[in-house]
Parts: sequence; structure tokens; C-alpha cells
Amino acid sequence: MKKSPKIALIGNPNAGKSSLFNSLTGLRQKTGNFPGVTMDKLIGKWKLEAGDDAEILDLPGIYSIYPKSVDEQVVINILANPQHPDYPDLAIVVADASNLKRNLLLFSQVRDLGIPTVLALNMIDVAENQGIVINSVKLARELNVEVAEVNAKKGIGLNGLRLAVNKTLETGFNSNDSLPMEYSSEMVDEIKDTYGDTDDYHALLWLSEHDNLKQFDAQQRIGFDKIQEKYGWNTQNAQSKETMARYAQLNEIVDNCLHEMPVEEEATNSWTDRLDKVFLHRFWGYFVFLGILFIMFQAIFTWATYPMDLIDGGVASLNEFLKSQLPATKLTDLLTDGLIAGIGGVLIFIPQIAFLFLFISLLEETGYMSRVMFIMDKLMRRFGLNGKSVVPLISGVACAVPAIMSTRSIGSWKDRLITIMVTPLMSCSARLPIYTVLIALIVPEKSTLFGIFNLQGVALFAMYLLGFFMALISAWVMKLLLKAKERSYFIMELPSYKGPRFAHVMLTIWNSTKAFVFEAGKIIVAISIVLWVLASYGPGDSIEQAEITVKSQNPTLSGIELDNKIAAQKLENSYAGHFGKFIEPIIKPLGYDWKIGIALITSFAAREVFVGTMSTIYSLGGEVEDESSTVMNRMRAEINPETGKPLYDTALGFSLLIFYAFAMQCMSTLATTYRETKSWKYPAIQFFYMTGLAYVSAFIVYQLLS
Amino acid sequence: MKTIADLKIGERGIIVNFTDEILSLKLLEMGCLPGTQVTMTHIAPFGDPIAVKVSGYILSMRKDEASSIVVA
Repeated sequence: MKKSPKIALIGNPNAGKSSLFNSLTGLRQKTGNFPGVTMDKLIGKWKLEAGDDAEILDLPGIYSIYPKSVDEQVVINILANPQHPDYPDLAIVVADASNLKRNLLLFSQVRDLGIPTVLALNMIDVAENQGIVINSVKLARELNVEVAEVNAKKGIGLNGLRLAVNKTLETGFNSNDSLPMEYSSEMVDEIKDTYGDTDDYHALLWLSEHDNLKQFDAQQRIGFDKIQEKYGWNTQNAQSKETMARYAQLNEIVDNCLHEMPVEEEATNSWTDRLDKVFLHRFWGYFVFLGILFIMFQAIFTWATYPMDLIDGGVASLNEFLKSQLPATKLTDLLTDGLIAGIGGVLIFIPQIAFLFLFISLLEETGYMSRVMFIMDKLMRRFGLNGKSVVPLISGVACAVPAIMSTRSIGSWKDRLITIMVTPLMSCSARLPIYTVLIALIVPEKSTLFGIFNLQGVALFAMYLLGFFMALISAWVMKLLLKAKERSYFIMELPSYKGPRFAHVMLTIWNSTKAFVFEAGKIIVAISIVLWVLASYGPGDSIEQAEITVKSQNPTLSGIELDNKIAAQKLENSYAGHFGKFIEPIIKPLGYDWKIGIALITSFAAREVFVGTMSTIYSLGGEVEDESSTVMNRMRAEINPETGKPLYDTALGFSLLIFYAFAMQCMSTLATTYRETKSWKYPAIQFFYMTGLAYVSAFIVYQLLS
Repeated sequence: MKTIADLKIGERGIIVNFTDEILSLKLLEMGCLPGTQVTMTHIAPFGDPIAVKVSGYILSMRKDEASSIVVA
């Protein structure tokens, strides 16, 4: 027996795989990435015997080993390749006892791959409520494997499972059953001769799925195509026949081991039925969904402000403390105005991101999310999307990166691509601080709509709706432009409603928030520092010259006023100032000056730096006057040199709002689009169509309003 | 030829065969076998998609997908 065996958890979606994983490993788990793909990989440790820890790998849920979507391909790429670093020494197939036959289909495929397999029979209580009684001893004998009855959610039966795993690890693979379907042994031999010795079932799997398997290069794939041609192999046909043959075998086994008692029809699944009467109703269904969205937005934009204010205040007082304690050098400025201000800009998003993931994981855990897909499918299809696009679009309100990754469950490539392309138009949490600052500048705080709704809140909500409708419109245009060969389908399980598992929800929040802080954090901090340097230094001695010029031009000025003039002149002469001036002609029609130009340029790496950039620019441009004044006050005080009126009037404010709503200003999103589409074409299109849309819309808005 | 798409809510049928070869594999894997009983349980607002009860659980599919499953 190997020192630390690798055990893979395999099973249908909703069979209780993740519950079992959490019960087995507790908090001894970590996330990683599958090599070559950016999908989260959950690994945990499980104590098998004295001193021996098994490594447990939680694989995405699948219905069969023939993948229909990208997230299913991850599993097949591991199981098809015995050389894969994650190839398991043993597989625990988790089966939902209330739906045994369908679950055993996957089990029989995994076992035939020659992987030592243990069957974990879960949800026996659910099955018994439906009058299904399973003789697991008999089942073990018929299937020729160890069978353990478990209750994954409550963590019952884990010792039995441990015994079964230990026994199987000692005896190894012991099924000598031949494959249930017919195939040409001559063909299988040819595959083995060409691609290396393996068992028959692996050879057949390679033949039918070679285009989805990363272990084969282009040359080898052509070789498989030739074998297919030579033997007249039809993958679709062969897989259907195999599935039928497996069911025929399983029918007999299940008939021998399972007894159905008559139960009253009413008693089965009554809760799920009753809830679905409301949640899938033609009126109440949408009403409930909108209500949940409303509560979610309330949480994100109202409740989250309390912890956000705390973080903001904490960072600000840390900055003040450091400034008062450290000597007033350039290095101190870099630390406080550059680095800590940048980190603060990341930390402040944590409460909103956490609330969003709380809601999303609750909706998914309880089984409600698939109901949303069900009632939204017809509506979304009109726009070239799919019921399953709802999840990425909602997640896009937090961050487009995990949202784009969640499109993997969409089976159709065209639907998935369109969803990826339009998801960044949803207003993500990085846009929120920009909206907040700009709306506060142009919408009076005290005004209300119909005397009840705060007009600033209405404006904020309108920005989110704007993003959503623009996503729909763009999707509709892409639907017309994209020619798809394949058709999309919507065959999916509506799982029965379950209570959420607290630990699992908390773990999701923790992992997602952590990923956001570190991924986005790196970029924001780097940009803050670069920006600080660019705004503090200029070509040659132009920065020093600025002071002399100002003093000679204004010989009568002194004190604060003089210092302000000098600081502003310095910024104008810095590298950042030159950049801003350089692009000023392009952005002038939108109403922007070179200072906003600096913010725009820095925002193209990540839009969340806008507010930070503004505060850096305006603090460098007039820092002495009032150290504690906010960005908003500084921006409000900014005067348009041409008109003499405040720079941030309604026209400019709306123009900026629209620009930030539509423009593609996020490196991480572009990188994710590249990873998910495996082509630079799509991130390039995404960048240009979104930024073009932003420019044109902002231009129209500014020209209309000014 | 009667298909699942023709069933009314609460109506039952026995799967006879499939008219769409590509969909049939996915449907088989999801437990829709010839000889299995299906019950129409939900029709989404706007008439599409639909959901049926099959081998002990609820399966949703679009109307055009349902019309590829012949029932008796």
C-alpha cells in the first residue's frame, strides 16, 4: 500500500460529494489549480490508519465519463490519463440512493477504467422516505466492490467507509468483468500498439474523446481520426450503445438489490413540490427572484457600508499615524500615499465581495439557482444567452473574473462565448466606488424621487440596470453575428431543495474573497506605486523648474496659495502630467481634461484605481490646504479654467459615469477571457467593442448635456 | 406521434424511443431510458422549458428537446 494514497471523489452533481468531502476532511483542505486549467481544485487530508493520511481530491460532479461541458472535461482529462499527476489510486463514487440506477451508470464506467473503486451509498434516508430499500450487502456482492452506507451531511458511516477504502487499497483492483458492450478487439489492439499499452476501456475512451483529451497532440489526434475511419467507428452511436448495455446490466443488479414499497404519492418530495409551485409560478416566480435580488443589493450597498467605513477609517488613521511618526521624506510619502492607500483600496471591497458570495453560494446550495435558470431560459434565449447565463451575469455584479469562470457549466460554445463577452458589462464592485463618488458630485444628496426614494440611490440602481441592459443588447448583436454549428441544450436536473451547509458556505466565501484580494490586490498595489512615481517625477529637471517658474511669475504670492500653485505646476510637469496632456485631444470631446486623462490611463489596468488616482492627483495638486478633506471635496472644488464654473458639472459627471460603466478596464478580466477561450482574439474583441461603446456613449451624453 | 412536449401537467407517459440521436445519449445518461415512466410536473412561464419527473427526480429540458422523446 502506498504511503499517502490519492483518493478521488467522483459522483453525479447533487449526490452529496462535497458534503462527504467536508465531512471527511473537516478544515484540513486547501484549494489549488488543476494543471493547465484555472478551475479550483479542492484537496483535503483524511486519516486512513495510524499515521497514514490519504489525499482526497474533490472532482466536479459529472453524469458520465463522456463530457458535455468544459467543467466535465476536467474530470475526464484526469481519469483518461494514468500518467496525470492527479490520477487517483482509488476512487470513491458517491451515489444518491434515491436515484440508484442513474448513479450506478457513472460508477460502472469508473470501475471499468480499472481504478480500484469504493461505492459510497448516500441519502439512504431520502430513499427510504420514497419507499426505496436497498440491500447494500447484496449490492456489494453483485457489483464486486466494497459498498459503504454513509450520511455525508451528518458525517455518519465514515468509519465503515474507511474500512472499505483500506480493504480495497490492500486488495487492489479485483473486477474481472468484461465490458458490457461489443467492440472490435483488433481495433483496440491497434490503439494499444500506437498509443501505449492500456486496458480496453481506456483505449476506447481515448478513441472516442481524443479531441477533448489534453494528453494527445494534434498529430496523435489525426491518428485517432484515421483509426475511427478505418473501423467505421461512430462515437455517438458507440456511446449510446454502451450506455444502453450498461443500463441493461444494472437493471438486473438493481432489481435484485432494491425493493420499492408503496408510499402515498403525497408524501414524496412534498416540500420541493410545494416550494416549486411558488418559485416556478408565472408571476410569483419572478416576484420572488426580484425580491431576492433586491435583498442582495440592499445587503451589498447598505449593510456592507458599515464594515467598509471601519476599514476606510482604519486605513486612514494608520496613514495619519505613520505620517506623524515617520520623517517627512519621499519614502514616507511612497509608503503612505502610494502603498497603504493602494492596499486600502483593495481591502475596502472585502465586505461587498463577501456578501455577494454569501448570497450566490446560498442560492446554489439550496437548489434555488437552477429554478432561476428554469424560469429565465426562454427570456435569455431571445438575446442569444441561455438560462445558465443568469449565474455569471449575477456574479458579474461582484467581479467578472469568477463570473466568467462560472460559464463553464454552459454546454453550448456559442452561448458560453456570448456570456463571457457580455458579462464584464455588468457593473462589478470595482465600479461601485467610482459610481458613488461621481453620483455624489452630480446628484444632490437631499433630493428624493416621489418623496420616498433617495435620488442618489435611484441613480446608483439605474447604473446597474444600464449595465445589465447593455449586456443584453450586446448579446443580441453577437447572436446575429456569430454563426454556430452546434445547438445549445438545456437538459439539467432540478435538485430537491436542501438546507445550506454553513461550513460549506463559509468556505466558499473565504476562498473567493481571498482569491479576489490577492489577484486584484497585486495589480492595484503595483499601479498605485507606479502612479505615485510617475506623478512625483518628471523628465529632466522640469519638477525643480516648476517651483522657480511659479515663484517668478507670482512674486506677490506666499504661504499656502504659493505652495498650491507650485504643487499643481509640479504635477503638470511630471511624467503623469505629460501622459495626460498627450491624450487630452482624444478625450476632450467627452469633456475630460488631462487630470482625468491620467486617471483613465491608470484605470485601463484596473478601474478600481480611479478613486485612488483622483485622490493622488488632487492631493499632490493641492495638499497643504486641508490634509483631511476627501477626494469628493477636492473634486468638487476643481474649477474649469475655461468657464470658471465647477469642472464636475452634470455633463462631465454623466459622461464619466457612462464611460466607466461600459469601458473594458480590467487586465484580470481580459486574462480570464483569454484563459477561458484559449485565444487572444476574444479578449481583443472584448476590449475594443466595450471601450468603443464607452467612448461613443460618453461622447453622446456629454454633447447632449453640455 | 406523441412526445413529452405534448404531455399536460400531471400526465404520464412511457418513453418509447428518441428521434434525435445526439440528444439521446445525454438523455440516457440522465436516466431517460426506453420503458421508463415520465410525469410532466412543471411548465415554465411562457411555456418553455418544461420539467418532468423521471426515475425519482425532476429533470428540466426545453420544449424542442422534449419533442424528441416519443412516449406512449
